[in-house]
Amino acid sequence: MDLQIALLLGQDGVVNGAIYALLALALVLVFAVTRVIFIPQGEFVAFGALTLASFQVGRTPGTLWLLLGMGAAVAAIDIALALKSGARRRIPQIAFWNLVYPLLAAGLVFFANPQQWPLALQVVAALAIVVPLGPMIYRLAYQPLAEATVLVLLIVSIAVHLTLVGLGLLFFGAEGSRTTPFSEASFDLGGIIVNGQTLWVIGASAVLIVVLYVFFERTLYGKALRATAINRTGARLMGISTVMAGKLSFLLAAAIGAFSGVLIAPITTVYYDTGFLIGLKGFVGAIVGGLASYPVAAAGAILVGLLESFSSFWASAFKEVIVFTLIIPVLVWRSLTTHHVEEDE
Amino acid sequence: MHPVLAGFLAALAVGPLVLPEFYVTLLNYIGLYSIVALGLVLLTGVGGLTSFGQAAFVGVGAYTTAFLTTTPAAELPAWLAVFGSSPWVALAVGLVLTAAIALVLGFLTLRLSGHYLPLGTIAWGISLYFLFGNVGFLGGHTGISGIPVLEVFGTELRESRHFYYLIWLVLLGAVWLTRNLLDSREGRAIRALKGGTVMAEAMGVDTARSKTVIFLIAALFACVSGWLYAHLQRFVNPTPFGLHIGIEYLFMAVIGGAANVWGALVGAGVITILKQWLQDVLPTIFGASGNFEVIVFGLLMILVLHRAREGLWPLLTRLVPTRERARSVPAAAPLPRGVQAGNGDLLLEVTDAVKKFGGLVANDRMGLSVRAGEIMALIGPNGAGKSTMFNLISGVSPPTSGSVRFRGEEIAGLTSREIARRGMSRTFQHVRLLPTMTVLENVAIGAHLRGRRGVAAASLHLERSEEAQLLAEAARQIEHVGLAEHMFDQAGSLALGKQRIVEIARALASDPCLLLLDEPAAGLRYLEKQALAGLLRKLRGEGMGILLVEHDMDFVMGLADRVVVMEFGKKIAEGLPEHVQNDPAVVEAYLGGVD
Amino acid sequence: MTDPILEVNDLCVSYGKVEALHHVSLKVRAGEIVTVIGPNGAGKTTMLSAIMGLLPRTRGEVRFLGEAQPAVEVEHMVAMGMNLVPEKRELFGEMSVEDNLLLGAFMRHRLGFRDERETMEQVFAIFPRLKERRQQHAGTLSGGERQMLAVGRALMAKPRLLMLDEPSLGLAPLIVREIFHIIADLKKTGVAILLVEQNARAALQIADYGYVLETGEVALEGPSDELEDDPKVIESYLGLGGKH
Repeated sequence: MDLQIALLLGQDGVVNGAIYALLALALVLVFAVTRVIFIPQGEFVAFGALTLASFQVGRTPGTLWLLLGMGAAVAAIDIALALKSGARRRIPQIAFWNLVYPLLAAGLVFFANPQQWPLALQVVAALAIVVPLGPMIYRLAYQPLAEATVLVLLIVSIAVHLTLVGLGLLFFGAEGSRTTPFSEASFDLGGIIVNGQTLWVIGASAVLIVVLYVFFERTLYGKALRATAINRTGARLMGISTVMAGKLSFLLAAAIGAFSGVLIAPITTVYYDTGFLIGLKGFVGAIVGGLASYPVAAAGAILVGLLESFSSFWASAFKEVIVFTLIIPVLVWRSLTTHHVEEDE
Repeated sequence: MHPVLAGFLAALAVGPLVLPEFYVTLLNYIGLYSIVALGLVLLTGVGGLTSFGQAAFVGVGAYTTAFLTTTPAAELPAWLAVFGSSPWVALAVGLVLTAAIALVLGFLTLRLSGHYLPLGTIAWGISLYFLFGNVGFLGGHTGISGIPVLEVFGTELRESRHFYYLIWLVLLGAVWLTRNLLDSREGRAIRALKGGTVMAEAMGVDTARSKTVIFLIAALFACVSGWLYAHLQRFVNPTPFGLHIGIEYLFMAVIGGAANVWGALVGAGVITILKQWLQDVLPTIFGASGNFEVIVFGLLMILVLHRAREGLWPLLTRLVPTRERARSVPAAAPLPRGVQAGNGDLLLEVTDAVKKFGGLVANDRMGLSVRAGEIMALIGPNGAGKSTMFNLISGVSPPTSGSVRFRGEEIAGLTSREIARRGMSRTFQHVRLLPTMTVLENVAIGAHLRGRRGVAAASLHLERSEEAQLLAEAARQIEHVGLAEHMFDQAGSLALGKQRIVEIARALASDPCLLLLDEPAAGLRYLEKQALAGLLRKLRGEGMGILLVEHDMDFVMGLADRVVVMEFGKKIAEGLPEHVQNDPAVVEAYLGGVD
Repeated sequence: MTDPILEVNDLCVSYGKVEALHHVSLKVRAGEIVTVIGPNGAGKTTMLSAIMGLLPRTRGEVRFLGEAQPAVEVEHMVAMGMNLVPEKRELFGEMSVEDNLLLGAFMRHRLGFRDERETMEQVFAIFPRLKERRQQHAGTLSGGERQMLAVGRALMAKPRLLMLDEPSLGLAPLIVREIFHIIADLKKTGVAILLVEQNARAALQIADYGYVLETGEVALEGPSDELEDDPKVIESYLGLGGKH
């Protein structure tokens, strides 16, 4: 291996690592707030990418039907509950987000021909369809089990993952897709070719991480999410409802997932089931961070990306083995440094 | 035997004689999956440890036999060739290999709490899967074919009808072993894991060992299932050993009802049949395109968990009238007792004990002593550091400095398990019973250290005479504290006051000479307090040393021989109850008026 | 006499099969301090949790601001103006004092109020020590400061009813005195206070009315100066156990 190849691999690794870092952040967030290990995170990556790809080839993305269907289901349940408990005031809001909004989105897609839109608008439209699925999934699958054990929530996650992968195959077929790059430019940096999309991925991830940081550190809702993660009872006593925090964290996770998908779609072919492995690698990053620390999780994810790209050069058949056994030394290190004492309270 | 179980076994025996080939094959797979799911019931449902990696252990079993039985002896390394290429030797090698892997993985992950184990299992599940697919001598992604037919007592198990009996015999054997194990001293230790390690360790249970044991058993079950699978299919490739399948095994256990051995069979059965049925039915509804069975399957699983988060087995048992549990305790010779202290002997002596948490000094140069046949009370306002002191004596968290001597031996720094072995036992401020176990079983956990028979003996029920002794001892202690009429009730159904008494009985079952009671009177009604005081006086009369941590002054003053008062981590008074309660510092600490 | 802000009728709570609270009834009026005293494990915390909606009620009614509150939802009670300072404080340890306080105003912010900065200055006026420590993490505060932060955080919501669970717990007498003076002063702002305490003497001194809770039942009630003179209360809670 010469320096040229090393730099190329490094570039690859950092790009993938940036995506894993975003997913790791989302996983840490969802787990800290809701105790859900969000296995379906990867499906949002695939859905984001494939919805955008559908627009570009002039097809109606199947995720639109999912949005309409899940919206109707959420509306039916929540309106019935609102009527039963006499909280009629809530009905307009429920109806807007779960019925009117999906219908508006469907109307736009049908009548405004997104294939003709500029790329930026297509991206916005793809996100607008995929991201609301996050809180809807929380409402339908997880909210009824909010007090269940981590194990039960985990099993539900797996069931949701299976369902979404099945739907992905139904919506997008078995063939993979690629989308138009955000930028066709490429730069020659001291002999290495860096193409525009690479810079886009790294830049956008960095910006997103900063935005998330600002959200958590500076806004009241961001602080409310952190508060729920730190002390659920304390947060509830402030009027921060577990349901609201859950929906908000799923909204963010879905947004991060779908946006990651949009970012990588021009550089990798995305299939309906691509998300799972990508999500798992984000997961490895998150584990390195102990499912608690955001910066460490992000660093771990970059490490996963680098390890992956270098091992694909040296021992491509064992790439996944090497990446996933990375967890083992991390666990050893944790087992030597963590002292877990049960509370007697 | 329960009539339903008898009917089930009879149906199993007759099944292959009357069912078409297709259903026999289906039952074979249900049996194979059940064996793996059974391991998960033990590991996840009973022990509270989640594993996604069981499919990888199935793979180890399958690949070991596939490799050894298809490779000519001449091509094997010499040390392996000695064993020849018999499937039975391959089974033994597979079990040893599985055990070795499980021990290493268990060592790495089981000491960690919470979510590390499931995450670790994902890692090895994926890694082993990719290894199977990429290692040359295991045939890569094409796998290994031509695995020989299994021969049992000269009969070749070529047809699935024949193989059926082997699979189900192995499964029922595994169920029998698991049930035996759970109904034993070791089994109670395993079931105690879910109640938190602090309680189990205080009763002398080596929780790390118990976790390793169930992890090992679950892995070995999976390995056996893989071995059977390889010889049933006579072909292996990596697909059935991937993470997705590992996840599916966990599904089976949880959907079936992970708290009961039969849940494994229910889960494996329901999921296998459901998937088969969906594959048959859905294409006729939706047409052949798409992958509807996965979607419907996922949705159904979510619905099941919404309706029955404990799984299906508890729902089924509600339909069938269950018979009363045994309501008698077998007569048995009493257990041998340890060396008892003479009345008035110094049992416990704490000197200059300091405990710091970061910058906070929770206990500052504390000292106290307890003699045999004496009730010593440690009192003080909430937050004075009494519980810290208690944890420091019982080994839950050792002192930063200072000395704790028990019967003349320094015990500061020993684990609570080692301290329990020396004759000190305790109760908990927040009652730590296992609510779904009977009072008798809960108390028997206390006698854990007085039995010695291990997991193997327990699984085969070869330890019944010792078990009878342990239960008889538990029953004796329950009678001793006056709860004989509740012996077979679920501990969780008792009123709080009685649960506290059960904790005392559990502590007594360990044959202690010093009893540590953490706020035993909290939440008790007046009459219950009277009864408790009576019991403690009786124990004192029998020569027991008792250290009582209490907030309730009233209760203490009538009972204790000596009192130590703490405030802000320091001792502010010590002496006879009537002296202490007139001490101005104590009055101030307790009343701390406004003006 | 004004209508009570809080009225609890016949409240029962069970944990599984064990009933922890039996038919408890009580009233709190605006500008009044009502205390509930009783030993450890008497069900005081259970009672507060059930009123607040943290625990389901098996029986009985909670009326707040004249309305029955059938829905057991903490968030709804907070929105109505009920705040609980729990026994364990439940602070956000890894967040700054200021952020803890801001989150106290979360529900008010959601309801459209934007006065959290002014309210925070008012809280700082009551607890100057919190102002000194505003950038510090809540987890690094001393026991007394934590209690102040917990009370201050609840005050950020400008509650109609403030419920305090064992504010004296684990605090030095001097700090207890300080906290109780502040509670007595709060009463003047018109907030109704339900004070649950083991420290019966301190609680009765600042309260207008008191209830004695024993093993989940109201054993005794009355104006606090009468309770202070009640021989049974003196024997069990004020004296040191009398003569044995």
